[in-house]
Amino acid sequence: MNIPPDLQYTPTHEWLRRDAEGVTIGITDYAQSELTDVVFVELPEVGRHLNAGHELLALESVKAVAYVYAPLAGTIAAVNEKLRKQPELINQDPYGQGWIVRLTPDQPEHTVVLLAPAAYERKLKEGD
Amino acid sequence: MSAETVFERSHPGRGTPYVAQRGAPPASLDTIPRHALRARPPALPELTEGEVVRHYTNLSRKNWAVDVGFYPLGSCTMKYNPRLAEQIAAWPEFSAAHPLRPARAAQGLLRIMYETERMLAHLCGMERFTLQPAAGAQGELCGMLMIRSYHLQHGAHRNTVIVPDSAHGTNPATAALAGFKVVTCPSSAEGLVDLRALSKLANDDLAGIMLTNPNTLGLFERDIQQVCRIVHDAGGLAYYDGANFNALVGRFRPGDMGFDVVHLNLHKTFATPHGGGGPGSGPVGVTAQLEPYLPVPLIAKGPEEFELEENRPHTIGRLNAFAGSMLVVLRAYVYLRLLGTAGLRDVSGKAVLAANYLKQRLADTYAPSHPGRCMHEFVLSAEKQREESGVRALDIAKRLIDLGFHPPTMYFPLTVPEALMIEPTETEDLETLDAFADALLQIAREAKESPELLHDAPHNTPVGRLDEVAAAKNLNVRW
Repeated sequence: MNIPPDLQYTPTHEWLRRDAEGVTIGITDYAQSELTDVVFVELPEVGRHLNAGHELLALESVKAVAYVYAPLAGTIAAVNEKLRKQPELINQDPYGQGWIVRLTPDQPEHTVVLLAPAAYERKLKEGD
Repeated sequence: MSAETVFERSHPGRGTPYVAQRGAPPASLDTIPRHALRARPPALPELTEGEVVRHYTNLSRKNWAVDVGFYPLGSCTMKYNPRLAEQIAAWPEFSAAHPLRPARAAQGLLRIMYETERMLAHLCGMERFTLQPAAGAQGELCGMLMIRSYHLQHGAHRNTVIVPDSAHGTNPATAALAGFKVVTCPSSAEGLVDLRALSKLANDDLAGIMLTNPNTLGLFERDIQQVCRIVHDAGGLAYYDGANFNALVGRFRPGDMGFDVVHLNLHKTFATPHGGGGPGSGPVGVTAQLEPYLPVPLIAKGPEEFELEENRPHTIGRLNAFAGSMLVVLRAYVYLRLLGTAGLRDVSGKAVLAANYLKQRLADTYAPSHPGRCMHEFVLSAEKQREESGVRALDIAKRLIDLGFHPPTMYFPLTVPEALMIEPTETEDLETLDAFADALLQIAREAKESPELLHDAPHNTPVGRLDEVAAAKNLNVRW
């Protein structure tokens, strides 16, 4: 299972990449492999404000519908428009071309519980 | 696949078989307004009557059904239903009865409905039932609307409904449609409602809880009375989803567990085949305190005859154009009268025995979601097979088709990875249960020895593995 060392993770299988302007959010390799083929991504509206832990969007795979949660409060700055036509990018490249949204956080340090790569890997090994 | 559509099989100029109309005189085109007349005749397929019959007969032979073989689709109760109920439902006295027939001329039908309602109320420990809801989901909505009315009537604005994380997907959908906010209650390590988490969620905004018992993992919620007490103490009501009533019928009454509202699926537990696309019937029973909110009309026994009771000021209204799916109710009536209390106890007893037998035979090979005894169904995980050989629950399910069985429910509940949910029902004999267990054990060996056999399954069907991604992304429902 691919768990890049430069990202942060949530117990609900989202990843976060922080940079100067904000955070990029996607789902982990484990999450995409559990979901199997993603066939539809319900992208949220740019400009919408969300609270930490709230539902960001829904993903539909051939197996199930799953929700992606906002790891921190903020405003949606951008969505990955490519996913409208190519939801499979989430399966093919979950940490790269399969990113889902960019968020401008209200307070970058106020997040849900975040896991370092090693802690996330341990969680997966212990089963959830 | 050799199944051409009737349009492909059509030969222009061959004409269409003429089926004589019975009774009604042919309508004259003069009576139809000009603008409503079509300019060209419809493009109906043209083939002989014999070819039409063969076409549909051959299609039906590609279909899987309880009458063809074992169908252990967990959570769905795909059991064999006695032919007697079908035969009686086909009597023209029933099948040709018009739903607008006045009550006075439908006394026999109303008596059947009334007595069915009394028997269901007795089995569930409820005060009264409505037979109106057309299926389980409408029954759920009916129940939640009554809970809403009850709170409003008592001056309480309660907006939260608790649903356990293992619930059927319809439960949160129903609560949301009825205008409630849905809160998920986590399961304990044992797979049951976590009482501590429940206590934290039970506050003065709580309208109620929606539960099925046994739960979706096939486990009996043994703290159910305490669950209901916590909800009641907070001022909420408890809704029982009767989806799994097959495990309890004749032995436990939801009313005794503390539930206030119950829905049953007559098309699962009570002799109407399930999954045929309807009609269904989802009667809803309530305790005395919710009785005023039942939908109208109710079937009442007047001093001289059975009546349709319409004038009920607190009713949530009408859910069905008529009094209910009469022929489904009739099948339930026949089934209840045929089996009696002792027979119904046998239904739940054998359903639970069959599930435990299968679970025992398979538990060393596929990891059960939870150890110990189950109720009428159980969940296995193919996680071990996935780790060892990359074979997933989907591959196992597809391979079962090759071996002559309908696959179990897959990937549900979502709390179990690579879930296979098996419900054998009470109507299968020991040889069938053994043959199914043998097939699953064979598949586990194949997973180790030749996983590609499973990845490519099914092999013995008119079409092989379907491309589900393409089907979901490029939906094409027209020929």
